[in-house]
Amino acid sequence: MTEEAGLLDEARALDLPLVIGGHSFTSRLIVGTGKYTTNQIMVDAIRASGAEMVTVAVRRVDLDRSQEEGILHHLSPEEFFLLANTAGCYTAEDAIRYARLARAAGFNEWVKLEVIGDQTTLLPDVAATLVAAKALTEEGFKVMAYTNDDLITALRLEDAGCVAVMPLASPIGSGLGVVNPYFIREIKRRLQVPVIVDAGVGTASDACVTMEQGVDGVLMNTALAAADDPVRMSHAMKHAIVAGRLAYLAGRMPSREIAVPSSPVRGMLD
Amino acid sequence: MNEATRVQVRINGKDRDVDAGHSVRSLIESLELHPSLVVVELNMEILARDSYGETPIQAGDSIELVHFVGGG
Repeated sequence: MTEEAGLLDEARALDLPLVIGGHSFTSRLIVGTGKYTTNQIMVDAIRASGAEMVTVAVRRVDLDRSQEEGILHHLSPEEFFLLANTAGCYTAEDAIRYARLARAAGFNEWVKLEVIGDQTTLLPDVAATLVAAKALTEEGFKVMAYTNDDLITALRLEDAGCVAVMPLASPIGSGLGVVNPYFIREIKRRLQVPVIVDAGVGTASDACVTMEQGVDGVLMNTALAAADDPVRMSHAMKHAIVAGRLAYLAGRMPSREIAVPSSPVRGMLD
Repeated sequence: MNEATRVQVRINGKDRDVDAGHSVRSLIESLELHPSLVVVELNMEILARDSYGETPIQAGDSIELVHFVGGG
């Protein structure tokens, strides 16, 4: 048995599967496929991460072939569960259009909905996200909605029928980690649907801390793709996600600002 | 090339002259793309893949050919 298979077996024995929209996943890590320097590194990194669900974007075919070919030349839809995103969309109408195009590709009716509101921060336009979420769920989509760490928006997205709500840890591609753990915990406490933290994780400790807040999973892309060694970082993230999850389930000891000896104070020699 | 056998269409935002008489399917194949890996939006309407062969390309059509690329 490889170390990787052993780790996921261990997680499986100590944890329940992640169930989103009726679909069961062993790994609580969802990864993006963007920004890798080569397709081979992307595939190797994704395999190393243990992720079962991967995000992809919808774009025009480059008819001049000056850019890379479609990702399905490199990534098998039989091996990974494809989650198409609406990245780059700034209006509800555009996001709906991209989601419909993605569904027409014929793999599934799932979409990672994101409607961006600002070019500098890439923070979501939550009003437009809600409009698109309602429209897409009515059309039968299973919507996983990227949103900010605002509880009320998260509740409204759940009411709209999203199968998962995905608050950010910090801005997309920033690598700042969880800037507001309290709000992430509060969203998790109040929602029934899975809460996946999407965007902002920079390194393994960020992923671990995120999972320790009790959320159901983490979605990341840049933290892997922009690491000096993406494959090695993917191994690290897989361990960090499992570690943070199990630490959350285990329940941490209370922290206190005084020392408490671990060894008996009685029985010392004169 | 005879002018009458060519029609102008807009593909992915660029005007192109293509042979008259193409179906969506034969147009995709003429661009060396695999029909099963491309989604087609013809004049803002998404086309079902099983209708590519019977849908004619006409002068002035606006065609978007999209596929999945890497993204987060």
